[in-house]
Amino acid sequence: MRMAKYILTVCLLMIAGHMLYAQEEDLLKLVGGEEKPQKQYVDYAFKSSRVIMSHSMEVIRPGVMDMRILHRFGNVNRGAYEFFGLDNASMRLGFDFGITKNLMAGIGRSTNKKELDGFIKYRLIHQAKGPGAMPFSFLLVGGSSMTLLKWADTSRKNFFTSRIGYYGQAIIGRKFSEGFSLQFMPTIVHRNLVATQNDPHDLLAMGAGARLKLSKRISLNVDYYYRLNPNPEDGTQNPLSVGFDIETGGHVFQLHFTNAAGMNEKVFLLETTNKWEKGDIQFGFNISRSFQVKKKKK
Amino acid sequence: MKKQILTAVIILFAASSLPAQDKYFTKSGKIVFSSKTSMENIEAHNKSVTCVLDTKTGNMQFALLMKGFEFEKALMQEHFNENYAESHKFPKAEFKGQVINNNEISYTKDGNYTAKVKGKLTIHGETKEVETQGTITVKGGRIETDAVFHVTLADYKIEIPALVKDNISKTVSVTIDCTLDLLKS
Repeated sequence: MRMAKYILTVCLLMIAGHMLYAQEEDLLKLVGGEEKPQKQYVDYAFKSSRVIMSHSMEVIRPGVMDMRILHRFGNVNRGAYEFFGLDNASMRLGFDFGITKNLMAGIGRSTNKKELDGFIKYRLIHQAKGPGAMPFSFLLVGGSSMTLLKWADTSRKNFFTSRIGYYGQAIIGRKFSEGFSLQFMPTIVHRNLVATQNDPHDLLAMGAGARLKLSKRISLNVDYYYRLNPNPEDGTQNPLSVGFDIETGGHVFQLHFTNAAGMNEKVFLLETTNKWEKGDIQFGFNISRSFQVKKKKK
Repeated sequence: MKKQILTAVIILFAASSLPAQDKYFTKSGKIVFSSKTSMENIEAHNKSVTCVLDTKTGNMQFALLMKGFEFEKALMQEHFNENYAESHKFPKAEFKGQVINNNEISYTKDGNYTAKVKGKLTIHGETKEVETQGTITVKGGRIETDAVFHVTLADYKIEIPALVKDNISKTVSVTIDCTLDLLKS
Protein backbone atom coordinates (compact mmCIF):
# COMPACT_ATOMS: atom_id res chain seq x y z
CA MET A 1 0.00 0.00 0.00
CA ARG A 2 2.76 2.33 0.96
CA MET A 3 4.49 1.40 -2.28
CA ALA A 4 1.44 2.20 -4.41
CA LYS A 5 1.15 5.62 -2.84
CA TYR A 6 4.83 6.22 -3.49
CA ILE A 7 4.52 5.35 -7.17
CA LEU A 8 1.42 7.46 -7.55
CA THR A 9 3.13 10.49 -6.08
CA VAL A 10 6.10 10.11 -8.37
CA CYS A 11 3.84 9.69 -11.41
CA LEU A 12 1.93 12.80 -10.53
CA LEU A 13 5.14 14.72 -10.12
CA MET A 14 6.35 13.56 -13.50
CA ILE A 15 3.12 14.51 -15.21
CA ALA A 16 3.24 17.90 -13.57
CA GLY A 17 6.80 18.27 -14.81
CA HIS A 18 5.80 17.43 -18.35
CA MET A 19 2.96 19.88 -18.25
CA LEU A 20 5.29 22.62 -17.16
CA TYR A 21 7.64 21.79 -19.94
CA ALA A 22 4.87 21.79 -22.53
CA GLN A 23 4.01 25.37 -21.75
CA GLU A 24 5.27 27.86 -24.27
CA GLU A 25 8.38 29.37 -22.82
CA ASP A 26 10.11 32.63 -23.46
CA LEU A 27 13.17 31.39 -25.24
CA LEU A 28 14.96 34.71 -24.94
CA LYS A 29 14.94 34.38 -21.19
CA LEU A 30 16.94 31.18 -21.53
CA VAL A 31 19.86 33.12 -22.87
CA GLY A 32 19.42 35.90 -20.38
CA GLY A 33 17.64 38.23 -22.77
CA GLU A 34 19.72 40.10 -25.24
CA GLU A 35 20.91 42.73 -22.81
CA LYS A 36 23.68 42.25 -20.47
CA PRO A 37 23.80 45.68 -18.93
CA GLN A 38 26.14 47.83 -20.95
CA LYS A 39 27.52 51.28 -20.57
CA GLN A 40 25.36 53.51 -22.68
CA TYR A 41 26.46 57.00 -23.56
CA VAL A 42 23.84 59.69 -23.43
CA ASP A 43 23.76 61.56 -26.70
CA TYR A 44 21.76 64.20 -28.50
CA ALA A 45 21.47 66.54 -25.52
CA PHE A 46 21.36 69.38 -28.04
CA LYS A 47 20.41 69.32 -31.70
CA SER A 48 23.68 70.86 -32.75
CA SER A 49 27.10 71.66 -31.38
CA ARG A 50 25.87 75.12 -30.25
CA VAL A 51 23.19 76.11 -27.81
CA ILE A 52 22.61 79.35 -29.72
CA MET A 53 25.75 81.45 -29.46
CA SER A 54 27.69 79.14 -27.12
CA HIS A 55 29.22 75.76 -27.61
CA SER A 56 26.94 72.99 -26.44
CA MET A 57 27.90 69.74 -24.74
CA GLU A 58 27.54 67.96 -28.09
CA VAL A 59 30.50 66.98 -30.24
CA ILE A 60 29.85 66.34 -33.92
CA ARG A 61 30.69 62.81 -35.05
CA PRO A 62 33.99 61.90 -36.61
CA GLY A 63 34.05 62.38 -40.36
CA VAL A 64 31.29 64.97 -40.29
CA MET A 65 31.72 68.52 -41.58
CA ASP A 66 29.17 70.96 -40.26
CA MET A 67 28.77 74.09 -42.36
CA ARG A 68 27.34 76.81 -40.18
CA ILE A 69 25.98 80.04 -41.57
CA LEU A 70 25.08 82.49 -38.81
CA HIS A 71 23.12 85.67 -39.38
CA ARG A 72 22.30 88.55 -37.08
CA PHE A 73 20.05 91.29 -38.30
CA GLY A 74 19.75 94.84 -37.03
CA ASN A 75 17.77 95.87 -33.99
CA VAL A 76 14.13 94.91 -34.12
CA ASN A 77 13.03 98.23 -32.59
CA ARG A 78 14.28 100.25 -35.54
CA GLY A 79 10.80 100.07 -37.03
CA ALA A 80 9.31 99.41 -40.40
CA TYR A 81 11.74 101.68 -42.30
CA GLU A 82 14.58 99.29 -41.47
CA PHE A 83 12.21 96.36 -41.93
CA PHE A 84 12.57 95.66 -38.20
CA GLY A 85 16.28 95.20 -38.53
CA LEU A 86 16.26 92.86 -41.49
CA ASP A 87 17.80 95.53 -43.74
CA ASN A 88 21.07 95.11 -41.89
CA ALA A 89 22.70 91.79 -41.50
CA SER A 90 26.02 90.61 -40.31
CA MET A 91 27.09 87.04 -40.63
CA ARG A 92 29.64 84.42 -39.77
CA LEU A 93 30.50 81.60 -42.09
CA GLY A 94 32.05 78.66 -40.34
CA PHE A 95 33.11 75.09 -40.82
CA ASP A 96 33.29 72.61 -37.98
CA PHE A 97 34.89 69.21 -38.24
CA GLY A 98 34.39 66.09 -36.18
CA ILE A 99 37.83 64.56 -35.72
CA THR A 100 37.33 61.77 -33.20
CA LYS A 101 34.41 60.75 -31.06
CA ASN A 102 35.39 63.33 -28.45
CA LEU A 103 37.26 65.94 -30.43
CA MET A 104 36.10 68.61 -32.83
CA ALA A 105 37.49 71.81 -34.23
CA GLY A 106 36.18 74.67 -36.30
CA ILE A 107 37.04 77.88 -38.07
CA GLY A 108 34.95 80.86 -39.02
CA ARG A 109 35.00 84.32 -40.49
CA SER A 110 32.68 87.08 -39.32
CA THR A 111 31.76 90.26 -41.14
CA ASN A 112 31.76 92.05 -37.78
CA LYS A 113 35.30 93.51 -37.41
CA LYS A 114 36.46 91.14 -40.14
CA GLU A 115 37.25 88.57 -37.53
CA LEU A 116 38.72 85.18 -38.10
CA ASP A 117 38.19 82.67 -35.32
CA GLY A 118 38.94 79.09 -34.54
CA PHE A 119 38.44 76.66 -31.70
CA ILE A 120 39.09 73.16 -30.46
CA LYS A 121 36.59 71.34 -28.29
CA TYR A 122 37.36 68.17 -26.38
CA ARG A 123 35.07 65.99 -24.32
CA LEU A 124 36.80 64.54 -21.26
CA ILE A 125 33.73 63.03 -19.62
CA HIS A 126 30.74 61.69 -21.50
CA GLN A 127 27.44 61.32 -19.68
CA ALA A 128 26.47 57.64 -19.54
CA LYS A 129 24.00 55.17 -18.12
CA GLY A 130 24.46 51.60 -16.94
CA PRO A 131 27.71 50.24 -15.52
CA GLY A 132 30.27 53.03 -15.33
CA ALA A 133 27.50 55.61 -15.37
CA MET A 134 28.40 59.30 -15.33
CA PRO A 135 25.82 61.86 -14.32
CA PHE A 136 27.20 64.63 -16.55
CA SER A 137 29.45 65.50 -19.46
CA PHE A 138 32.52 67.66 -19.12
CA LEU A 139 34.16 69.41 -22.06
CA LEU A 140 36.90 71.93 -22.60
CA VAL A 141 36.93 74.52 -25.35
CA GLY A 142 39.86 76.65 -26.37
CA GLY A 143 39.55 79.28 -29.04
CA SER A 144 41.13 82.32 -30.52
CA SER A 145 39.98 85.18 -32.68
CA MET A 146 41.82 87.73 -34.74
CA THR A 147 40.54 90.93 -36.26
CA LEU A 148 41.68 91.63 -39.79
CA LEU A 149 40.57 95.27 -39.75
CA LYS A 150 43.11 97.86 -40.80
CA TRP A 151 44.68 99.63 -37.84
CA ALA A 152 42.57 102.56 -36.67
CA ASP A 153 45.60 104.56 -35.57
CA THR A 154 48.59 104.14 -37.84
CA SER A 155 50.65 106.81 -36.07
CA ARG A 156 51.43 104.50 -33.16
CA LYS A 157 53.30 101.26 -33.20
CA ASN A 158 50.85 98.44 -33.77
CA PHE A 159 51.73 94.91 -32.81
CA PHE A 160 50.39 91.90 -34.62
CA THR A 161 49.54 90.28 -31.27
CA SER A 162 47.20 93.16 -30.55
CA ARG A 163 44.82 91.74 -33.08
CA ILE A 164 44.38 88.57 -31.13
CA GLY A 165 42.13 87.45 -28.31
CA TYR A 166 41.67 84.09 -26.67
CA TYR A 167 39.04 82.28 -24.72
CA GLY A 168 38.92 79.16 -22.62
CA GLN A 169 35.74 77.49 -21.54
CA ALA A 170 34.65 74.49 -19.51
CA ILE A 171 31.25 72.97 -20.18
CA ILE A 172 29.52 70.94 -17.51
CA GLY A 173 26.26 69.63 -18.86
CA ARG A 174 23.61 67.05 -18.27
CA LYS A 175 20.75 65.71 -20.31
CA PHE A 176 18.21 65.35 -17.52
CA SER A 177 15.56 63.75 -19.69
CA GLU A 178 14.71 63.31 -23.34
CA GLY A 179 13.18 66.76 -23.28
CA PHE A 180 15.46 68.78 -21.02
CA SER A 181 19.19 69.47 -21.06
CA LEU A 182 21.12 72.02 -19.02
CA GLN A 183 24.73 73.11 -19.05
CA PHE A 184 26.98 75.61 -17.32
CA MET A 185 29.95 77.25 -18.98
CA PRO A 186 32.56 79.01 -16.84
CA THR A 187 34.53 81.08 -19.31
CA ILE A 188 37.57 83.28 -19.46
CA VAL A 189 38.28 85.69 -22.30
CA HIS A 190 41.67 87.28 -22.76
CA ARG A 191 42.45 90.27 -24.97
CA ASN A 192 45.97 91.26 -25.76
CA LEU A 193 44.91 94.84 -26.43
CA VAL A 194 42.25 96.67 -24.47
CA ALA A 195 40.84 100.13 -25.10
CA THR A 196 41.21 101.71 -21.64
CA GLN A 197 42.78 100.96 -18.29
CA ASN A 198 39.35 100.06 -16.92
CA ASP A 199 39.01 97.26 -19.37
CA PRO A 200 40.12 93.96 -17.94
CA HIS A 201 42.54 91.94 -20.01
CA ASP A 202 40.91 88.83 -18.59
CA LEU A 203 37.16 88.73 -18.35
CA LEU A 204 35.48 86.01 -16.34
CA ALA A 205 31.94 84.92 -17.09
CA MET A 206 29.54 82.20 -16.05
CA GLY A 207 27.25 80.94 -18.76
CA ALA A 208 24.17 78.77 -18.75
CA GLY A 209 22.47 77.07 -21.65
CA ALA A 210 19.33 74.99 -21.72
CA ARG A 211 17.16 73.14 -24.13
CA LEU A 212 13.51 72.20 -23.78
CA LYS A 213 12.19 69.93 -26.49
CA LEU A 214 8.77 70.96 -27.71
CA SER A 215 8.37 68.20 -30.27
CA LYS A 216 10.53 65.64 -32.01
CA ARG A 217 12.03 68.28 -34.26
CA ILE A 218 11.57 71.58 -32.44
CA SER A 219 13.14 72.77 -29.21
CA LEU A 220 13.28 75.97 -27.19
CA ASN A 221 16.81 77.09 -26.31
CA VAL A 222 18.12 79.69 -23.89
CA ASP A 223 21.70 80.86 -23.71
CA TYR A 224 22.98 83.42 -21.18
CA TYR A 225 26.21 84.72 -19.65
CA TYR A 226 26.73 86.57 -16.41
CA ARG A 227 29.99 88.49 -16.50
CA LEU A 228 31.88 88.75 -13.23
CA ASN A 229 34.28 91.63 -13.90
CA PRO A 230 33.10 93.75 -16.82
CA ASN A 231 34.28 97.30 -17.27
CA PRO A 232 31.53 99.14 -15.36
CA GLU A 233 31.90 102.28 -17.45
CA ASP A 234 31.58 101.04 -21.00
CA GLY A 235 27.89 100.14 -20.74
CA THR A 236 28.30 96.62 -22.01
CA GLN A 237 25.65 94.07 -21.18
CA ASN A 238 25.34 90.41 -20.34
CA PRO A 239 24.37 88.57 -23.51
CA LEU A 240 21.09 86.64 -23.61
CA SER A 241 19.71 84.65 -26.53
CA VAL A 242 16.38 82.87 -26.72
CA GLY A 243 15.23 80.87 -29.68
CA PHE A 244 14.07 77.74 -31.39
CA ASP A 245 15.96 74.89 -32.98
CA ILE A 246 14.10 73.46 -35.92
CA GLU A 247 15.42 70.33 -37.50
CA THR A 248 14.48 69.34 -41.02
CA GLY A 249 16.19 66.30 -42.47
CA GLY A 250 19.76 67.43 -43.06
CA HIS A 251 19.53 70.99 -41.70
CA VAL A 252 19.16 72.50 -38.28
CA PHE A 253 17.72 76.02 -38.26
CA GLN A 254 18.20 78.08 -35.16
CA LEU A 255 15.86 81.05 -35.06
CA HIS A 256 16.37 83.34 -32.14
CA PHE A 257 16.31 86.75 -30.55
CA THR A 258 19.45 88.07 -28.95
CA ASN A 259 21.09 91.23 -27.67
CA ALA A 260 24.54 89.82 -28.40
CA ALA A 261 26.85 91.58 -30.76
CA GLY A 262 28.87 89.37 -32.99
CA MET A 263 29.18 85.67 -33.18
CA ASN A 264 32.27 84.65 -31.32
CA GLU A 265 32.93 84.46 -27.60
CA LYS A 266 35.15 87.50 -27.39
CA VAL A 267 32.71 89.75 -29.17
CA PHE A 268 29.50 88.72 -27.52
CA LEU A 269 30.99 88.77 -24.04
CA LEU A 270 32.86 92.05 -24.37
CA GLU A 271 31.09 94.13 -26.95
CA THR A 272 27.39 93.57 -26.35
CA THR A 273 25.80 96.94 -25.70
CA ASN A 274 22.17 96.27 -26.57
CA LYS A 275 19.67 96.00 -23.75
CA TRP A 276 16.83 93.50 -23.75
CA GLU A 277 14.68 95.71 -21.56
CA LYS A 278 14.84 98.50 -24.13
CA GLY A 279 13.91 96.20 -26.98
CA ASP A 280 17.37 96.54 -28.53
CA ILE A 281 17.29 93.01 -29.68
CA GLN A 282 18.13 91.43 -32.95
CA PHE A 283 16.62 88.64 -34.85
CA GLY A 284 19.09 86.00 -35.86
CA PHE A 285 19.17 82.69 -37.52
CA ASN A 286 21.77 80.01 -37.85
CA ILE A 287 21.76 77.30 -40.44
CA SER A 288 23.70 74.14 -39.78
CA ARG A 289 24.18 71.66 -42.58
CA SER A 290 26.04 68.43 -41.95
CA PHE A 291 28.05 66.65 -44.58
CA GLN A 292 29.54 63.23 -44.11
CA VAL A 293 33.05 63.82 -45.43
CA LYS A 294 34.48 60.50 -44.39
CA LYS A 295 32.25 57.48 -44.44
CA LYS A 296 32.13 54.94 -41.68
CA LYS A 297 33.44 51.51 -42.45
CA LYS A 298 30.83 48.79 -42.60
CA MET B 1 16.06 -3.49 -2.10
CA LYS B 2 12.97 -3.35 -4.29
CA LYS B 3 12.48 0.21 -3.26
CA GLN B 4 16.02 1.15 -4.21
CA ILE B 5 15.61 -0.23 -7.71
CA LEU B 6 12.36 1.57 -8.10
CA THR B 7 13.96 4.83 -7.05
CA ALA B 8 16.74 4.32 -9.56
CA VAL B 9 14.24 3.68 -12.33
CA ILE B 10 12.29 6.75 -11.40
CA ILE B 11 15.41 8.90 -11.41
CA LEU B 12 16.22 7.63 -14.86
CA PHE B 13 12.74 8.46 -16.03
CA ALA B 14 12.92 11.88 -14.51
CA ALA B 15 16.23 12.52 -16.23
CA SER B 16 14.82 11.59 -19.60
CA SER B 17 11.94 13.98 -19.10
CA LEU B 18 14.35 16.92 -18.64
CA PRO B 19 14.59 19.20 -21.66
CA ALA B 20 16.92 17.64 -24.18
CA GLN B 21 19.62 19.70 -25.82
CA ASP B 22 17.59 20.93 -28.69
CA LYS B 23 17.77 24.68 -28.30
CA TYR B 24 20.14 26.76 -30.38
CA PHE B 25 21.05 30.39 -29.95
CA THR B 26 23.33 33.29 -30.82
CA LYS B 27 23.92 36.74 -29.44
CA SER B 28 25.85 38.02 -32.39
CA GLY B 29 23.44 37.55 -35.25
CA LYS B 30 23.32 40.06 -38.07
CA ILE B 31 20.37 42.04 -39.28
CA VAL B 32 20.65 44.58 -42.07
CA PHE B 33 17.92 46.85 -43.20
CA SER B 34 18.01 48.84 -46.36
CA SER B 35 15.89 51.48 -47.96
CA LYS B 36 16.38 52.18 -51.63
CA THR B 37 15.01 55.21 -53.43
CA SER B 38 16.11 57.07 -56.52
CA MET B 39 17.42 59.81 -54.23
CA GLU B 40 19.33 57.86 -51.64
CA ASN B 41 20.20 54.37 -50.50
CA ILE B 42 20.25 53.84 -46.78
CA GLU B 43 21.66 50.80 -45.09
CA ALA B 44 22.08 49.97 -41.42
CA HIS B 45 23.77 47.03 -39.76
CA ASN B 46 23.13 45.47 -36.39
CA LYS B 47 25.66 42.85 -35.38
CA SER B 48 24.40 41.90 -31.94
CA VAL B 49 21.08 40.27 -32.61
CA THR B 50 19.93 37.60 -30.19
CA CYS B 51 18.19 34.63 -31.74
CA VAL B 52 16.94 31.46 -30.07
CA LEU B 53 15.47 28.46 -31.85
CA ASP B 54 13.86 25.47 -30.21
CA THR B 55 14.31 22.74 -32.78
CA LYS B 56 11.81 20.52 -31.02
CA THR B 57 8.87 22.87 -31.11
CA GLY B 58 9.98 25.16 -33.91
CA ASN B 59 9.65 28.19 -31.65
CA MET B 60 11.86 31.00 -32.83
CA GLN B 61 12.61 34.36 -31.25
CA PHE B 62 14.71 37.36 -32.20
CA ALA B 63 15.57 40.43 -30.20
CA LEU B 64 17.79 43.44 -30.86
CA LEU B 65 18.51 46.89 -29.55
CA MET B 66 17.52 49.65 -31.94
CA LYS B 67 20.55 51.69 -30.87
CA GLY B 68 22.74 48.90 -32.19
CA PHE B 69 22.05 49.83 -35.81
CA GLU B 70 25.04 51.46 -37.43
CA PHE B 71 24.71 53.72 -40.43
CA GLU B 72 27.20 54.98 -42.91
CA LYS B 73 26.32 58.57 -42.07
CA ALA B 74 26.30 59.79 -38.49
CA LEU B 75 23.38 62.10 -39.19
CA MET B 76 21.25 59.22 -40.47
CA GLN B 77 21.97 57.33 -37.27
CA GLU B 78 20.96 60.34 -35.21
CA HIS B 79 17.73 60.79 -37.15
CA PHE B 80 16.98 57.08 -36.96
CA ASN B 81 17.32 57.06 -33.16
CA GLU B 82 15.85 60.46 -32.44
CA ASN B 83 13.06 60.85 -34.96
CA TYR B 84 12.04 57.57 -36.52
CA ALA B 85 12.70 54.61 -34.24
CA GLU B 86 12.65 56.77 -31.08
CA SER B 87 15.07 54.33 -29.47
CA HIS B 88 14.89 55.99 -26.07
CA LYS B 89 11.16 55.19 -25.90
CA PHE B 90 11.27 51.87 -27.73
CA PRO B 91 14.74 50.46 -27.20
CA LYS B 92 13.98 46.92 -28.43
CA ALA B 93 12.61 45.21 -31.48
CA GLU B 94 11.41 41.65 -31.10
CA PHE B 95 10.08 38.76 -33.09
CA LYS B 96 8.30 35.82 -31.52
CA GLY B 97 7.13 33.10 -33.81
CA GLN B 98 7.38 29.62 -35.11
CA VAL B 99 8.81 27.61 -37.92
CA ILE B 100 5.51 26.29 -39.30
CA ASN B 101 7.02 23.43 -41.23
CA ASN B 102 9.33 22.43 -38.40
CA ASN B 103 8.69 18.70 -38.89
CA GLU B 104 10.11 18.92 -42.42
CA ILE B 105 13.49 19.99 -41.08
CA SER B 106 15.86 17.45 -39.65
CA TYR B 107 18.21 19.35 -37.43
CA THR B 108 20.50 16.41 -36.92
CA LYS B 109 21.36 16.03 -40.58
CA ASP B 110 23.48 18.49 -42.54
CA GLY B 111 21.61 20.19 -45.36
CA ASN B 112 19.54 23.12 -46.60
CA TYR B 113 15.93 23.40 -45.67
CA THR B 114 13.27 25.89 -46.58
CA ALA B 115 11.65 27.26 -43.48
CA LYS B 116 8.33 29.01 -43.30
CA VAL B 117 8.23 31.31 -40.35
CA LYS B 118 5.22 33.06 -38.90
CA GLY B 119 4.92 35.22 -35.85
CA LYS B 120 4.61 38.60 -34.24
CA LEU B 121 7.07 41.37 -34.95
CA THR B 122 7.31 44.29 -32.55
CA ILE B 123 9.01 47.50 -33.66
CA HIS B 124 8.49 51.02 -32.33
CA GLY B 125 6.01 49.62 -29.79
CA GLU B 126 3.72 48.25 -32.52
CA THR B 127 3.12 44.54 -33.00
CA LYS B 128 2.15 43.03 -36.33
CA GLU B 129 1.80 39.52 -37.71
CA VAL B 130 4.48 38.69 -40.24
CA GLU B 131 5.13 35.64 -42.35
CA THR B 132 8.14 34.92 -44.47
CA GLN B 133 10.15 32.18 -46.01
CA GLY B 134 13.81 31.65 -45.28
CA THR B 135 16.53 29.06 -45.29
CA ILE B 136 17.78 26.94 -42.46
CA THR B 137 21.17 25.38 -43.04
CA VAL B 138 22.37 22.66 -40.73
CA LYS B 139 26.09 22.23 -40.85
CA GLY B 140 28.40 20.54 -38.39
CA GLY B 141 26.16 20.97 -35.39
CA ARG B 142 25.41 24.61 -36.12
CA ILE B 143 22.30 26.11 -37.58
CA GLU B 144 22.32 29.04 -39.97
CA THR B 145 19.18 31.04 -40.54
CA ASP B 146 18.76 33.37 -43.49
CA ALA B 147 15.72 35.34 -44.49
CA VAL B 148 14.68 38.51 -46.22
CA PHE B 149 11.39 40.21 -45.59
CA HIS B 150 9.80 43.60 -45.97
CA VAL B 151 8.58 45.99 -43.35
CA THR B 152 6.16 48.78 -44.17
CA LEU B 153 7.12 51.67 -41.92
CA ALA B 154 3.56 52.99 -41.65
CA ASP B 155 2.46 49.67 -40.09
CA TYR B 156 4.69 50.41 -37.16
CA LYS B 157 3.68 54.06 -36.90
CA ILE B 158 7.05 55.30 -38.10
CA GLU B 159 6.34 58.59 -39.81
CA ILE B 160 8.40 59.96 -42.65
CA PRO B 161 8.05 63.73 -42.94
CA ALA B 162 7.04 65.08 -46.35
CA LEU B 163 10.39 66.80 -46.76
CA VAL B 164 12.38 63.58 -46.90
CA LYS B 165 9.73 61.26 -48.31
CA ASP B 166 11.74 60.93 -51.52
CA ASN B 167 14.82 59.88 -49.58
CA ILE B 168 13.34 57.16 -47.42
CA SER B 169 11.48 54.22 -48.85
CA LYS B 170 8.03 53.45 -47.43
CA THR B 171 8.98 49.80 -47.23
CA VAL B 172 12.38 48.68 -46.07
CA SER B 173 13.84 45.26 -46.63
CA VAL B 174 15.24 43.39 -43.66
CA THR B 175 17.91 40.73 -44.12
CA ILE B 176 18.61 38.24 -41.37
CA ASP B 177 21.80 36.24 -41.09
CA CYS B 178 22.29 34.34 -37.83
CA THR B 179 24.47 31.37 -37.00
CA LEU B 180 23.18 29.48 -33.98
CA ASP B 181 25.10 27.27 -31.60
CA LEU B 182 23.78 24.64 -29.25
CA LEU B 183 22.48 26.11 -26.03
CA LYS B 184 23.99 24.13 -23.18
CA SER B 185 21.62 24.17 -20.28
